[in-house]
Amino acid sequence: MKPPFQRLIDDHSGAVKRFLAAAVGPPEAEDCFQDTFIAALAAYPRLQRTDNLKGWLLTIARNKAIDHFRATKKVSPGTIPEIPHEDPEMIDPALIAAVASLPEKQRSAVALRYVTDLPFKDVADIMGCSPEAARRSVHEGIKKLREVWEP
Amino acid sequence: MKKVEEELKKMSLTVTAPDVPALIERAMAENLVDVAYATVDSPVGPLLAASTPKGLVTLAYTEGRTDDVLERLSERVSPRVIEAPERLDDVRKQLDEYFEGRRTNFDLDIDWQLSSGFARKILRATARIPYGSLLTYRDIARKAGNEKASRAAGNALGSNSIPIVVPCHRVVRTGGGLGGYTGGLAKKEFLLGLEGALS
Repeated sequence: MKPPFQRLIDDHSGAVKRFLAAAVGPPEAEDCFQDTFIAALAAYPRLQRTDNLKGWLLTIARNKAIDHFRATKKVSPGTIPEIPHEDPEMIDPALIAAVASLPEKQRSAVALRYVTDLPFKDVADIMGCSPEAARRSVHEGIKKLREVWEP
Repeated sequence: MKKVEEELKKMSLTVTAPDVPALIERAMAENLVDVAYATVDSPVGPLLAASTPKGLVTLAYTEGRTDDVLERLSERVSPRVIEAPERLDDVRKQLDEYFEGRRTNFDLDIDWQLSSGFARKILRATARIPYGSLLTYRDIARKAGNEKASRAAGNALGSNSIPIVVPCHRVVRTGGGLGGYTGGLAKKEFLLGLEGALS
């Protein structure tokens, strides 16, 4: 049984938005979110497998993020709104810029693993690679972030 | 040591919620919503109303549980089922007026796709029964073209996807019994009482 599409919105829109906030930067995430769910809704009647709808949505989101980067090159730190550093609830814009500076595979893998909080197996499914390769991308990404980002 | 990972996890807590109303507005503008639905409170309990571009396709007694109704719509009409109450403004307004006793006739387009064959004939004939009047199962079977099919008529009315608007509550047993009603006999009694058909 294919769930009514509203259930995908109710259950997974938050995760998709979080992934995109990390993958393209918070200011651009909403546009990519809208594009992701519109594309999903258009394709939904033809979708055959419904056992991992969250993974399916995140796969589309990753493609939208790649399209976005192709069109705009990179998230420039200048497009990130100024966030007061002293607020502990806010994310350091430098970290967002550091994530944006990662190669796409590492950026997506890191975002899926830590921001969307998925296990390596699911990260691998979404990225179409082996769990080992997903783990490697995450590790390399984290290593680079440690090098370029200083809190 | 773990600082980067922790900070990334924290990021997920600060991301603003997606703008779902904007998404639904765009989905409607791009004709990607096949079934729009809304929940409606009524004196006979919570209802779920659903429309396709052709018209009202379902009005269901949910008793607070909408899952079964939505899954049936997903399976039998289209999986592009979206909660879009503004698409049902007219339905909700007319239902409110009906329950306040200010409306005796629904002026709504109906999508009949969830019924077929003889059942659809029965339901179409039922839709023409005037406010406050009663027909028997045999009457309605005759109007649908087969007087002997009163049992089939009963089944068709039991499968009515659009109660209240397609007023199956106006069909009763020969001899004065109220007959059955999906959602419970108390609702049938209430609706007929509202229409002044029980006195």
